Amino acid sequence: MLTWVALLALALFSGATFFAARGKALAAVGGRPLGLHSLPGYYGGYVALWVAVPAALILLLAAGFGGSLEAGLLRSAESSAIHAMDAQQKDVFYNDAITLSQGGQPSETIYEGPQKQALVAAVSKAEHLRRQITYGALAAAVALALAGVAFAYPKIRPDFRARNQVETWIAGLFILCSVTAVLTTIGIVGSLVWESWRFFQSVSPIDFLFGLDWNPQIAMRSDQYASSGAFGAVPLFIGTFLIMIIAMMVAAPVGLFSAIYLSEYASPLARSVVKPLLEILAGVPTVVYGFFAALTVGPLFREFFNGIGGLLIGGGLDGLGQYLSQVQNQMALVAGAVMGVMLIPFVSSLSDDIINAVPQSLRDGSLAMGATRSETVKKVVLPAALPGIMAALLLAVSRAVGETMIVTMAAGLQAKATINPLDTVTTVTVQIVTLLTGDQEFDSPKTLAAFGLGLTLFLVTLILNIIALRIVQKYREQYD
Amino acid sequence: MTDASMSTSATLRQRVEARLKVRHAQERRFRAYGLAAIFVALAFLTVLLGRIVSQGYTTFVEYSLTVPVYVDPARVDRTDISGANFDLLIADQVLAQMGIKDDDFGTQSSKMMDILSNDLGFQLLQKVKGNPTLIGKTVSVTGPVRADGALYYKGEIKTSTPEDERKLDNTQLQWLDKMKSTGMVSSGFNIGFLTKSDSTEPEQAGVWGAIVGSTMMLIVTALLAVPIGVLAATYLEEFAAKNRWTDIIEVNINNLAAVPSIVYGLLGLAVFINWLHVPRSSPLLGGLVLALMALPTVIIATRSALKAVPPSIREAALGVGASKTQTVFHHVLPLAMPGVMTGAILSMAHALGETAPLLMIGMVSFVPGVPEGFTGAATVLPVQVFIWENASERAFHERTAGAIMVLLVFMIVMNLAAILLRRRFERRW
Repeated sequence: MLTWVALLALALFSGATFFAARGKALAAVGGRPLGLHSLPGYYGGYVALWVAVPAALILLLAAGFGGSLEAGLLRSAESSAIHAMDAQQKDVFYNDAITLSQGGQPSETIYEGPQKQALVAAVSKAEHLRRQITYGALAAAVALALAGVAFAYPKIRPDFRARNQVETWIAGLFILCSVTAVLTTIGIVGSLVWESWRFFQSVSPIDFLFGLDWNPQIAMRSDQYASSGAFGAVPLFIGTFLIMIIAMMVAAPVGLFSAIYLSEYASPLARSVVKPLLEILAGVPTVVYGFFAALTVGPLFREFFNGIGGLLIGGGLDGLGQYLSQVQNQMALVAGAVMGVMLIPFVSSLSDDIINAVPQSLRDGSLAMGATRSETVKKVVLPAALPGIMAALLLAVSRAVGETMIVTMAAGLQAKATINPLDTVTTVTVQIVTLLTGDQEFDSPKTLAAFGLGLTLFLVTLILNIIALRIVQKYREQYD
Repeated sequence: MTDASMSTSATLRQRVEARLKVRHAQERRFRAYGLAAIFVALAFLTVLLGRIVSQGYTTFVEYSLTVPVYVDPARVDRTDISGANFDLLIADQVLAQMGIKDDDFGTQSSKMMDILSNDLGFQLLQKVKGNPTLIGKTVSVTGPVRADGALYYKGEIKTSTPEDERKLDNTQLQWLDKMKSTGMVSSGFNIGFLTKSDSTEPEQAGVWGAIVGSTMMLIVTALLAVPIGVLAATYLEEFAAKNRWTDIIEVNINNLAAVPSIVYGLLGLAVFINWLHVPRSSPLLGGLVLALMALPTVIIATRSALKAVPPSIREAALGVGASKTQTVFHHVLPLAMPGVMTGAILSMAHALGETAPLLMIGMVSFVPGVPEGFTGAATVLPVQVFIWENASERAFHERTAGAIMVLLVFMIVMNLAAILLRRRFERRW
């Protein structure tokens, strides 16, 4: 709250300095802007930037990191009563102290004797620290704002290059924004690698990548049987692969043929109707596909296979009949088929672009030689577009591998190493979601395993994307 | 000689014609495959949307019961109003109105309570609490029938299924029929679904909390992703020299656009929650994560919009003495704005439908109400869909489809806005 008031005050103050500096610049040339190096607004902007930016940064930093700083400082000096507690108790203790000092509801832990005294002391210390941090930041902001005026205001003279200075600030902002994308990558890679490294300290990477048993149950107590859990991810990889293959078997032919039809046969009118309709399919949120798979396609497929199974029981294929009549809702086929539907517009719009990029002269040449349209497509257009189409399919594969909601809602949780599409399988993304939803301790191998899986997923999709983008780039150059 | 040549040319002609037939048949087949593919894709779309509408439209029909309740002073203690069992009071009055006598064990009234929403009792409690003089008078309350009852009215629970396999027994179904035929129960548009928030009782659950949560989250996302994305794209497109660093940034952005969304959830968990201590399941946190996810798409859309502005504009501005920055801010960016906004709206629509990363950052918790602020616990529409889909009660399945319809309406509105913007301001150079 105080931060908002301070920021508002700062905005008003820097606004005032803007007009003051602008006025000074104009006054220096007797109100004729032509005598100035830059437009008058730039002189105002120059001073206002020097006033506002450093002070606002301090205020925002204090608001964002003040809490962590307070907690750190609070922990730096601990009395003997706290020293006796274990790490977890300490966490609870300090959390309680900070919550109490903010007038909140502490945990239900009961503190007695010296601990109670320590808590009272810690609460008052936390209040004291918070006040110090808040007012310290305020004082620093005021000082910086005034320093900004003192630094920038005297510089205002008619020959001062204010525009260039302001543009330097803008360039800084530009670079800062562009670097955000890089920082995101660093954040992703850093957090995945760091947490996976912690995971691989308790589970060997060899066991993780090549182990055949996935059972991440961690015992509640350390002395319980099977306290370690099994983290062999091969069944997950197989499950992911199986669902991806099923999805591609739906998406690749349907997407590719619709792209060919749209670009080679369809009239402009049909094209203008069908393309937006396919785009709707692409815009439907994945959670909707998940709902559709779980409550419509799943039961439908189960009934279908159970029906076939019922017919086969007692006949020559009795074994198969028995199996089919017990097929469950959550088969790989359901998740894969629905994911395939989701990928159709993705494949078709990418292939459409690529087919359209094939020069018309190639088609004309082939048609002039007497080839039919389909022969032109099969023998000329497709071979020419092949690298691009491969790239489009690779991108679709990477999408299928990383897709989460459909499989979370429609595929199962059992980690089975099977390639039977009627069986229940689980995927990497499903396991990440299951391992991380709900309240979990952040240092157990169970939660860290999710980051190991995340790192694998990230690397696989990254490699697929890099290959695909390379191919597309090469292909574009070929016809440019 | 002529004979021979004529016969060979005839056979050649015949062969060509025979071959031509095959080739034309191939041509027709190929064409049919293409048509079939489009047909299949559109059929999927129809089935998907049709199925959701057919499952979900009943959500918007509500069966509400209006009953005059005599607030018996013998059963409602003036000094302890909250202690009275209003649900039982209402159930008894409904039974009395239908001319049914309860036995000593209260079996009938507990059966009746099973088909009336406890919202009725809650409303009565609020009324009486607000105005204690109502005790001893007759108050009329209107509230929904419990979800199972509504499912019966909607034909989801059928009398044909054996009694022990359905949730309501024969007596309750008879009562429901009677209540409807006597006009105690009337159907209407379920406005409560749009104005209430999540609840453990299906008939009282609504999407308002999720709509507010989604809006707050999208505000955070838009405020971060759009300015940062537009500035970054402008820098890369208009200012940056082609060198190794800008190449790295470019490759980076292209790859970020294809990173699975769930990985952004892991990033949010590790960096924003565990390191920066942003409150879990808050719109602020969700907005931050989705902003990082939307950033590459905003950048890519902005760059293509900037590329479409012809160089002559830049040259003209530079020619009359504008600086590079002035050229970009006064001329290029305003001209590219329609394209930029279209891209931004589309990526916001995408962010609105995103679910997976939000599951990682604790948004799956049950939030019965409107979020308290940007740092309070919140739920958003797609996650609400996920939560209800997981609920075991059948009545929630209908609500799930209803919530999907609301979500799709928002997506359609945003997409339409983007299309209109493009139509209205599109400029061919």
